Amino acid sequence: MTVTVDTTPPLPAEPGPIPEPFPAARKGFGIGEKAWAWIGVAPFFIFALMFLLIPTVYLVIGAFQDADGNFTLQNLGDLFTPNILAAYWISIKVSVASALLGALIGFFLAYAVVMGGLPAWLRPTLMTFSGVASNFAGLPLAFAFLATLGRTGLVTVLLREVFGFNLYSTGFNLLSFWGLTLTYLYFQIPLMVLIVTPALDGLKKEWREASEILGASTRQYWRMVALPILFPSVLGATLLLFANSFGAIATAYALTGSSLNIVTILLYAQIRGDVLHNQNLGYALALGMILITGLSNGTYIWLRARAERWMR
Amino acid sequence: MAFLQISDVRKQFAQNVVVKGFDLGIEQGEFISLLGPSGCGKTTVLRMVAGFEDPTAGRIIIDGKDVTPLRPNQRNVGMVFQAYALFPNMTVADNVAFGLKVAKRPDAEIKARVAEMLEMIKLPHLADRYPYQCSGGQQQRVALARALAHKPKVLLLDEPLSALDAKIRVSLREEIRALQRELGITTIFVTHDQEEALSMSDRIVVMNEGRVDQVGSPFEIYNNPATKFVASFVGTLSILKGKVLDPSARRIQIGQHEIVAGRGAINARPGEECTIALRPEAAKLANGQALNGHNKVGGTIEDVHFLGSVVRIKVRVQDNAIALDTFNDPSAVPPERGAPVTVSFTPADVLVLEGA
Amino acid sequence: MNPAQQSKIGAWIAFILGALYFIVPLIGTFEFSLRLKRDEYSFEAYRVVLTDPNFLSSFGYSTLMALITIVIGVVLVVPTAYWIQLRLPKLRPLVEFITLLPLVMPAIIIVFGYLRLYNSSSWIPLTANARSTDLLLAFSYVTLALPYMYRAVETGMRAIDVRTLTEAGEILGAGMPTILMKVIFPNVRVAILSGAFLTFAIVIGEFTMASLLNRPAFGPYLQLIGANRAYEPSALAIIAFLVTWACMGLINVVGSAKQTKRA
Repeated sequence: MTVTVDTTPPLPAEPGPIPEPFPAARKGFGIGEKAWAWIGVAPFFIFALMFLLIPTVYLVIGAFQDADGNFTLQNLGDLFTPNILAAYWISIKVSVASALLGALIGFFLAYAVVMGGLPAWLRPTLMTFSGVASNFAGLPLAFAFLATLGRTGLVTVLLREVFGFNLYSTGFNLLSFWGLTLTYLYFQIPLMVLIVTPALDGLKKEWREASEILGASTRQYWRMVALPILFPSVLGATLLLFANSFGAIATAYALTGSSLNIVTILLYAQIRGDVLHNQNLGYALALGMILITGLSNGTYIWLRARAERWMR
Repeated sequence: MAFLQISDVRKQFAQNVVVKGFDLGIEQGEFISLLGPSGCGKTTVLRMVAGFEDPTAGRIIIDGKDVTPLRPNQRNVGMVFQAYALFPNMTVADNVAFGLKVAKRPDAEIKARVAEMLEMIKLPHLADRYPYQCSGGQQQRVALARALAHKPKVLLLDEPLSALDAKIRVSLREEIRALQRELGITTIFVTHDQEEALSMSDRIVVMNEGRVDQVGSPFEIYNNPATKFVASFVGTLSILKGKVLDPSARRIQIGQHEIVAGRGAINARPGEECTIALRPEAAKLANGQALNGHNKVGGTIEDVHFLGSVVRIKVRVQDNAIALDTFNDPSAVPPERGAPVTVSFTPADVLVLEGA
Repeated sequence: MNPAQQSKIGAWIAFILGALYFIVPLIGTFEFSLRLKRDEYSFEAYRVVLTDPNFLSSFGYSTLMALITIVIGVVLVVPTAYWIQLRLPKLRPLVEFITLLPLVMPAIIIVFGYLRLYNSSSWIPLTANARSTDLLLAFSYVTLALPYMYRAVETGMRAIDVRTLTEAGEILGAGMPTILMKVIFPNVRVAILSGAFLTFAIVIGEFTMASLLNRPAFGPYLQLIGANRAYEPSALAIIAFLVTWACMGLINVVGSAKQTKRA
């Protein structure tokens, strides 16, 4: 899985009408080759429109309508209540923390295995495990952390019985910002490892040697050569990690019920039971989420364009 | 002591001895080629001079200073790599400036030096391009400028031409040699291409299986190969099997013919087999007017390769095949296959490789 | 000590700390899952779970959903990747953008859109009955799987020479459907299988979409057990981990089988 969350070229969203003049239709096909091609890709675009793009656009439009369908900015204004703002804030905090920590730790783990001179068998082991762990999210992950660090979890009990250390007396709580971040790291770190390992492989040995023989120290090599080259992929990975935890819901829901007020859980409750007592406020809530992911994506595209002038 | 002294250097990877004793003094300003097939240890020698590999034994001394324990970034040498290792995230100018920047030179000096280097490689108009926007030949010239910008004491070239097209390869090798002469920089050039080595070098070191087979000027290496390996690796050779008739008179029988071999020791006794070598350019078609004292052997034309300015003809003489080169003559059609011919060559052109 | 040795020790420390973080929760979960009987370790929790009819029905339902998702995904992605590669390379950036969209667009947004767009009073009332809601769920899973599926198939197609294979097929007189089914498809089978196993791993325990569409899938079942039981969730977590591991293992197996065949 390479993640190069990519740019958005303004191309026509629909296949559109088949381009007019068909150069002599080939034997055996009946209709022109391009026509086959457009017919071949049509289902994909229809699907993308119906089940990805239109539903999203529908929510965006709904955010600007009142119950009767008239245009209003009231819904957006209503987002600015302490409760809703707090939900966004916690979500952003957890996502930023788990993305940055996940990126940092994942990077060093990948670095250790690719360049740290560890035995060769560790690498496939780490990669396979990362494949598993990055997909081990949602409810089972929450169960695992409850069983480990919950009030009767293995680690909590061992610390108390063997070392006489009461984890929960330190203010630690799995159902908190740090608890959730620690749990999310379980899939964030492996995801980073999966993305950044190929990027580290892409660093040519000659670059390091060339910089070394030109007099550069290891530090100068990393600052002037390796990190700038890695920057776009690390940036893309970090963004993906952010989006990954920002949209997550199952883990948090199972860990905390609805005691931790993050925006996905608030939206979930709103969809199920209209807890905000305003249908269109739900749309606005969704719009806010779309804006945040959109914004982070936009920032990424902008930063990457700046960092990538040297690429084709 | 020579400017760059490589003293009895050995290199062993695990059980594998890659360089089995390498001893060479290189004078200041000299252009030395390490020539040999892949796996002969030439690149390892170069990488030990650069500091990327630590020698298992021996010492490397540059300008009177023992650099053996030094890291590559402390040695002040320049290097050009095979697959243009330009930093892809930097412009051409930034690449050239890299060595000066890490040495924290003043900006004005860096700017002037970069301009000077780009002028030197005749690419000042590419200063703001990124490597991917340059052709292979341009990238390799930039790599050369980058390696020279910080005024290294020694320039190391690791097969810098092998990734390039044939035409660019020839023009760039001339350019590199001209620059090297102009700057007077001591240079080690690693290649497996004998033509490159012969055309560029002051001296060539021919290596085989971790050992030095011969050190000498291109002229010596080509005309007086010290071993059978050197003879066969450098240039084209016809290797002929013969029988020694009279060692003292240096008479040898090739098929039905008797020839005199001018060079190489003959240790075999009469009646024993021996191997001799003949350069294609030394052999000529006799046309019945061979000079006295020249060796003559008769055979039939087996193959004619028209190579442009040169026509290479292969003549079958019983068990042996003799290759000979003649210049293209527009007024004369090359001989036909199967035609009987006489090949002549002087005794001095015949080298006995092993007489036993 | 030279720098290489220092960094090697650093690498070991990083690796061991990482390994601890990832292995301890698994041990903790496993230990917890054995605690159902008060005085002894037992597999009682697993017995309870595995004999629960709701477990079997919800797991079966999700398995079926995963299979439907994979089929729809393959039918959508393979021809698209093929035609993009062969005739419509200009559309590649757009297709890549669409296939990456689900990675950044939260699943809950997508399903929220469905609920409003395809509700029982809309012009396409997909949520009106159970069967069509199942279909909608499968479609939502296809969007989740799209990034992985498309990437796998596209990589597979780049590895083979689609153009030459197609032209070879044309010269032999095969029509487009035949070429696609008989020539292209078998050659990207490994890529499709990898994408399929990954899709399975993602879909099998999915919670948000199944829950909001109110379908009896494995995800909502997990949530229910998690909210009401003590030790069974740990057993389920271990089972889920093993399922994920099996999927990843199968990806490696089909991948290396292909390599040995080529070698």
